[in-house]
Amino acid sequence: MTDYSIRPIPQFDRAIIAGAGMAFVVFGLLPMFGSALVVDKLTMLFIYIILAVTWNLLAGYAGLVSVGHQAFVGLGAYMMLRMVEAGVPPFIAIVAGGAVIALIAWPMAAFVLRLRAGEFAIAMWVLAETIRSLVMLDPYIQGETGRSLVVLNAYDPDMRRNTIYLMALVLAGAVIVISYRLLHGRLGGETQAIRDDEEAAGSVGVSTFRVKRIIFVLSAVGCALAGTLWLASAITFQPRTAFGIQWSVFMLFMVLVGGLGSILGPILGAVLFMTLQVIFGDFGVWYLAGLGIVAMLFALHVPRGIVGLLSEKMGREPITMQKLLNPKRT
Amino acid sequence: MNSPDLQSHLVARRLRKSYGSLKALDDVSFHVGKGEAVGIVGPNGAGKTTLFGALAGSFPVSGGQITFAGDDITHDPAETRCAMGIARTYQVPRPFLGMTVFENVMVAARAGGGLSAAPATDHAAKILEQTGLFALANTPAAALGLLDRKRLEVARALATSPDIILLDEIGGGLTEAELVQLIALIQSLKDNGMTIVWIEHILHALIKVIDRLVCMAEGRVLAAGDPNAVMQNADVRRAYLGSTPE
Ligand SMILES: Nc1ncnc2c1ncn2[C@@H]1O[C@H](COP(=O)(O)OP(=O)(O)OP(=O)(O)O)[C@@H](O)[C@H]1O
Ligand SMILES: [Mg+2]
Repeated sequence: MTDYSIRPIPQFDRAIIAGAGMAFVVFGLLPMFGSALVVDKLTMLFIYIILAVTWNLLAGYAGLVSVGHQAFVGLGAYMMLRMVEAGVPPFIAIVAGGAVIALIAWPMAAFVLRLRAGEFAIAMWVLAETIRSLVMLDPYIQGETGRSLVVLNAYDPDMRRNTIYLMALVLAGAVIVISYRLLHGRLGGETQAIRDDEEAAGSVGVSTFRVKRIIFVLSAVGCALAGTLWLASAITFQPRTAFGIQWSVFMLFMVLVGGLGSILGPILGAVLFMTLQVIFGDFGVWYLAGLGIVAMLFALHVPRGIVGLLSEKMGREPITMQKLLNPKRT
Repeated sequence: MNSPDLQSHLVARRLRKSYGSLKALDDVSFHVGKGEAVGIVGPNGAGKTTLFGALAGSFPVSGGQITFAGDDITHDPAETRCAMGIARTYQVPRPFLGMTVFENVMVAARAGGGLSAAPATDHAAKILEQTGLFALANTPAAALGLLDRKRLEVARALATSPDIILLDEIGGGLTEAELVQLIALIQSLKDNGMTIVWIEHILHALIKVIDRLVCMAEGRVLAAGDPNAVMQNADVRRAYLGSTPE
């Protein structure tokens, strides 16, 4: 028996979570009546959500700002390509190609996580470029040219589109639920302590390296899953695109605009990003410039992002990680 | 001074720590017995805080050896030492600024104290009561003033359920009444068997709880032993009292 307890999740947050659950079901049924275009756009949205949630886990909660996580997007896609070439069914390779990246990220963590903040960010970017060069040495990739997942053409286009869509939906849901559960447990407090003051975190017993490594590996797998899903829907693998810095720019944009270090932030950021892409995507360079301007406006005027605005309105952060103590003995 | 007895809980032998050419710890030996309360005094820059950092594993030492309950912990990281039962506070508080007071203490109770969620919640709440922070439990740590941040330092260290607590100038700035409360708190920890090492400039507070006093200056131990005898020591009077007349 204990005397004290943590306040239960507020009614409003429960409603949001229930709404998200219903949205998940509706999205799950959507291929039955949605157009191919809508299904494609939503697939991309789910991929963006995976990227944003994952990068937020790393930067927003553990304080590890990386501009090189395209390394894992590219590696995930490359692994999938290689697995399919070796005979693995493509839809299995979407998951397996992402999961296998854990085996690469785990040892990698031993090097990059010893670095300080600025060094880590740069080292990750250098690593991404290095890994891209190495992948381009693989004769199968044909250098700049790349390769296509031609196996996928054997499937009926609608069946293929809908399967990838449903996989993206489920994986995005899984990434959200897993990171939410993780952050609500012991690891959540520990990552935030490390972000705020790594030395002090160690002094109260947090195994700083172990915790950072877990988060790092999870973020790598998240990005790799985004990479396999993206390859499955785009079909063509080109090293410069798969390992391109644009992935980092997208993640930064979604997380900063949505709200760094919040649960809802990256999801809202991804929705906004996708919306902008649908409306302005045809404007090429102007589109990128527009993104830059929006990001700058946010950085200057809304430093805590959309979730920051909502929190001000509501007087508290919706779906917060914050744990409040019940003021009375129970 | 006698060589540290085998009963000693935490023993440091010939510690050295240099920052460039500055010898912050210059051959410092230190020990504290189980359940003992030791005070540390010394002028600014004497190396007191650096000694705490070395004992708690906040940084590697340049030389020397540290044992705890007979085990060599010289190369163990801070989190291992914390799990073994050594907790420190920071002289300049280092709260987790993005978290609430309660969450700060909770991390310590779960990570350092090894408690699961429900018992950790209970433990954290009781420590907040004990340290006078309960009313501020759900306040963001960033909103605390200096005195409450110092209280949070003590609360967070206590939450790890330590065998030995290293307290670094937690009494400065308190009113006389608050000081009395603080002394009562530390005395009760001692009565419950906790080992205490307390760096404090407020001698009259220190004297009330400690069994033994260590005086440091310029990275060395000038004198150690019975508090009154140490304060009468000629070197101590010259180095410590001479530089900070009270
Ligand atoms: N990280 C550091 N880098 C460089 N020099 C340091 C560092 N930490 C401490 N020092 C120096 O080491 C010496 C001892 O410092 P320390 O903080 O241990 O003294 P102290 O006895 O705690 O003093 P005070 O009473 O002012 O707290 C000082 O000269 C200080 O400037
Ligand atoms: Mg000091």
